[in-house]
Amino acid sequence: MSELCDLTASELGAKLRAREVSSVEILDSCLARIDAVDSRVEAFLERTDDLAREQARAADERIAAGDAPPAAGIPLALKDVLSTRGVTTTCGSKILETYVPPFDCTPWERLKADGGVLLGKTNCDEFAMGSSNENSAFGPVHNPWDLSMVPGGSSGGSAAAVAAGEAVWALGTDTGGSVRQPASLSGVVGFKPTYGLISRYGLIAFASSLDTIGTFTRSVRDAAALLSVIAGKDPMDATSLDQPRRDYTEGLDDGLEGLRVGVVREAFGEGVEPGVKASVQTAIDRLSELGATVSEASLPHADYALSAYYLIAPSEASSNLARYDGVRYGLRVDGADSVEMMTRTRGAGFGAEVKRRIMLGTYALSAGYFEAYYGQAQKVRTLIIRDYEAAFAEVDLLVSPTSPTTAFPIGAKVDDPLAMYLNDVFTIPANLSGMPAISIPSGLDEAGLPVGVQLTGPVLSEPIVLGVANALEGAIGFEARPALIAAA
Amino acid sequence: MPVEIDIDHVARLARLELTEQEKARLREQLGAILEHAAKVGEVAAEDVPPTAYAIPRSNVLRPDEVTPSLTLAEVLLNAPEVEDDRFKVPKIVEVE
Repeated sequence: MSELCDLTASELGAKLRAREVSSVEILDSCLARIDAVDSRVEAFLERTDDLAREQARAADERIAAGDAPPAAGIPLALKDVLSTRGVTTTCGSKILETYVPPFDCTPWERLKADGGVLLGKTNCDEFAMGSSNENSAFGPVHNPWDLSMVPGGSSGGSAAAVAAGEAVWALGTDTGGSVRQPASLSGVVGFKPTYGLISRYGLIAFASSLDTIGTFTRSVRDAAALLSVIAGKDPMDATSLDQPRRDYTEGLDDGLEGLRVGVVREAFGEGVEPGVKASVQTAIDRLSELGATVSEASLPHADYALSAYYLIAPSEASSNLARYDGVRYGLRVDGADSVEMMTRTRGAGFGAEVKRRIMLGTYALSAGYFEAYYGQAQKVRTLIIRDYEAAFAEVDLLVSPTSPTTAFPIGAKVDDPLAMYLNDVFTIPANLSGMPAISIPSGLDEAGLPVGVQLTGPVLSEPIVLGVANALEGAIGFEARPALIAAA
Repeated sequence: MPVEIDIDHVARLARLELTEQEKARLREQLGAILEHAAKVGEVAAEDVPPTAYAIPRSNVLRPDEVTPSLTLAEVLLNAPEVEDDRFKVPKIVEVE
């Protein structure tokens, strides 16, 4: 018997509009679930129960008055890199442990205006750097499907909260796969739209040419509904695209007749677990049965995407993270002069992975090495985009596994950064090219852990990506839920 | 071959205090990561233009209108040290 907190936002929205349930009841269901499981999952860094109650009551009044937008009264969680006015925002880092933003990020501002209910801030890898959530200064998140496993990262808390029914939906960020990979490992829907479609005003920056806000939901319809609330031009973000706000749930049920799907050849090679291959192959068969024409496609430079990413992202990070200098916010460790103060502050405030990337980026941008590393990586970025352009001349969408593996044990890869970076090998190309990509559950592997299938489309092809994902989701019929929920 | 890095020099550029143990680990790990990353040089030919942003935009302008901004109290709220409505830092100028 599922609780209110296990339903989708679309299902809950219908019940709210029919006056079958109240937002306060939905909130109570989520809070009861958080009380029951979060001491083991550890998805939340901070709970905002009082604020949530106030917002749920306001949503109920609004719905009673006949004003019920899709986000009204739906409890959500925000990754702790998204600024929330008056609510601590740590980025999973000691350097921002006490930081309280004086303004809201645009996506939360829009959700709030539509009656959203904030449950709290979710754990993540420090400054969104990681693929397992083990790089948080405040401890790991546990995968609701198996508490000894990682939930993926960097948005591990948001993924786990939605998978465990603690939140109905959540926002995360995706710089190299940080929404899609944890969605895949946690058995939920993770969507990274086109770069620039969602404003990043108030998102604490990691790698500015790649950072994209994305959604965690338990259905593709919910992903479309949530995107509709938060997407669209924002004058506060110069990289935000000139796109109007629109309803992305329209056309979700259009068929797949005539659709051409390309299976990315390079994504089925060595290093991909057999259970992942088998599950994704089943999903591809479903696409054929739905009427799509399936053929093989190739991204010949895919092998170089990881190398390019691990030069571009750390380079941009080393520049963005220069702002943590102990002057305007965050930690300060005293020193004899300003330089010593800054150097000590940063040494004490950043964790191992963040230091590694700052050092990598600083080196790659330093005199004498810039052209050999950053300059060459930017050329590879061009080659990746050309690969996609060539592929999309033949097919409408590309399909691949989201991640080469299912969830792995906490601690298994912490001492081997290169092995950890390989988690993102199939998600990084869509960040380098700015293209929309979604991960939906395709089934479970032999160990009972979720597998994700990824669909990628050309820039601003959100209606196609979401429409196909919605049809595929229906055909797959993934109904499994973590055992943790049954016991809750 | 793993890349040799002058860790002290890079740490100084990054204003990052590192322990001897951290330096040793970073020397080894960054060397291996950069060896892998150097693969970009295999395909990045002379005639390939670089991409900084996948969806390029330039000269993003908006009307220059005065709108409410943060109050001074809000701006200084998170500062480690404040004096006379200003951020306070240790001395910057070197004294002979």
